[in-house]
Amino acid sequence: MSRRFTPSVVTANALLSGEVVWLSADNQWTASPQQAALFTDAAQADERLAWALTQADIVVGPYLAAAKPGADGPEPTHFREAFRRRGPSNYAHGKQEALCSG
Amino acid sequence: MYRYTEFDEAFIRERNAQFRAQVERRISGALTEEEFRPLRLMNGLYLQLHAYMLRVAIPYGTLNSAQMRQLAMIAERWDKGYGHFTTRQNIQYNWPKLGDVPDILDALGEVGMHAIQTSGNCVRNVTADHFAGAAADEIADPRPVAELLRQWSTDHPEFQFLPRKFKVAITGSPNDRAVTRAHDIGLRMVEQDGEPGFEVIVGGGLGRTPMLGMVVRDFLPRADLLPYIEAILSTYNSFGRRDNKYKARIKITLHELGLDDLRSRIEARFAEIRAEWRGADQEILARIEQDFAPPAFRDAPVDAYTRARAADPVFRAWADTNLHEHRAPGYAIVTISTKAHGATPGDASADQMRVMADLAKRYGHDELRISHEQNVILPHVHKSDLPAVHAALKAMGLATANVGLISDIIACPGMDYCALATARSIPVAQEIAQRFESLGLEQEIGAMKIKISGCINACGHHHVGHIGILGLDKAGVESYQITLGGDGTEAAAIGERAGPGFAYDEIVPAVERLVTAYLARRAGPDENFLQTYRRLGAAPFKAALYPEEKAHAA
Repeated sequence: MSRRFTPSVVTANALLSGEVVWLSADNQWTASPQQAALFTDAAQADERLAWALTQADIVVGPYLAAAKPGADGPEPTHFREAFRRRGPSNYAHGKQEALCSG
Repeated sequence: MYRYTEFDEAFIRERNAQFRAQVERRISGALTEEEFRPLRLMNGLYLQLHAYMLRVAIPYGTLNSAQMRQLAMIAERWDKGYGHFTTRQNIQYNWPKLGDVPDILDALGEVGMHAIQTSGNCVRNVTADHFAGAAADEIADPRPVAELLRQWSTDHPEFQFLPRKFKVAITGSPNDRAVTRAHDIGLRMVEQDGEPGFEVIVGGGLGRTPMLGMVVRDFLPRADLLPYIEAILSTYNSFGRRDNKYKARIKITLHELGLDDLRSRIEARFAEIRAEWRGADQEILARIEQDFAPPAFRDAPVDAYTRARAADPVFRAWADTNLHEHRAPGYAIVTISTKAHGATPGDASADQMRVMADLAKRYGHDELRISHEQNVILPHVHKSDLPAVHAALKAMGLATANVGLISDIIACPGMDYCALATARSIPVAQEIAQRFESLGLEQEIGAMKIKISGCINACGHHHVGHIGILGLDKAGVESYQITLGGDGTEAAAIGERAGPGFAYDEIVPAVERLVTAYLARRAGPDENFLQTYRRLGAAPFKAALYPEEKAHAA
């Protein structure tokens, strides 16, 4: 029996910076989680992940991460993805830094 | 301290040039990630949650001021202005860019440092007592042997693809500050009939299956060290399991074969290869030993120290907790706490690194150490210089008087950085430290080791914490399991799991209940938490942790 599909985003780390990135609806890699495309269809999600895996000159280790629709784009359902989206809790580094500097 | 020879320099230069070309090929698309990954890991480069992470070895935790300054420069130029000292005497940079890493490695090479074998299934950075060469209780300085091991194991063709990673720790003192029984090989310098040698311990390790190492040879003559280590690694390479990475460490080989069987295989291999070692290693060791000749300690009055102690209670508090006895009269070992209450354990800013380097140069015979407890040590400071050292540290937020106390916490990076983590460690450490500071109980509680890991791999050594905390992912929420009674010293013990885990917002109150129970039940102020635990057992502490269950049982 196949596992029930959970709506997901495609996420990875950028090859050069290591930064967390998501796949957008127009097939771009974006550092902004709000721009991530949420795939609610299993076949489409798998197809986009397969495509992401061919993007080895841009990203490393793409995978599907469970998410749910939110007011401002897809939101993570697991705390690990929430930390990836926010950055570390001990310093305002990573994504938080980008937000602070506008 | 060991100085790189032309051979060392040429070797590092060549390795760095190779890696530079590998990075270029990865960026150009000529190498896939699958091809590149093992190459970057061989050079200490991981990809973590938010960024790359570069792990740089600080061999046996020893560095000089020029090296510390270079670490500061790297932090500022290519990272976010700080570095993180780890429980394996390494430094990690959390934010390097892939394209900058070759330049970082070249900058390290300029000061005789590298990131080789800080990852992968090979012999990792050899760790040692952070008070080596300074401690009053020491038989001999273990670092020349550690350096010999570093040279021998670096790029050793037979041992680049072991079943799993392999960690060696060495101490020259009977008071074990190197956690030797939690390493794949632990070496303790001993003497027998006036002859120097080693007690050889194998099969220790924490992680998923915590085990204390067992003595495989109670006395190994000094000249037999490398052939014997080769025999252990060769035996492990042949018989260690490769079918299951969770059963691949030598501790499992020891457990499955039994000590007698493993020992007889090691001894048989040793007998086979011993004659091949014709003494070149001992000649190299003799040369290395010259580099580790003790500094010229000065004979001077300590009046300035005595006066400062009497006049300044802040200085006295710091001196009482952060100094250890030195083997030279008039000297002290200074531990610089990286654990100001609320700070990230093990982190130091570039400015802090430079001040520590300056102090080492001016007052400390140009030596610094990194401890597995994530603090920085000035091993040789004359007592008359301590007031000046303290004042300089204080100005940089580095004079926290908490070494060995409840806020001197080991914490791995956890899920704030690490891709393997299952929960956060750093904020738990920060909150525990701040909580007990606000209660004003730290001195009253006395000696206490809290160690926190953010996953089962136990980089935070939680099994050997008096109170160990393990962060797990329990059905999608962070959950923290407590172990009690662990000990990383010569009386090593693996902590016992106390019971069900605690949610993120419950863990600090749980620790507070444990401490309250200890304070209520200790025989007196001289009995520390671990001693009380050993005297009373787990029951009163479990009752404090789980008061509701006790109520139900009653």
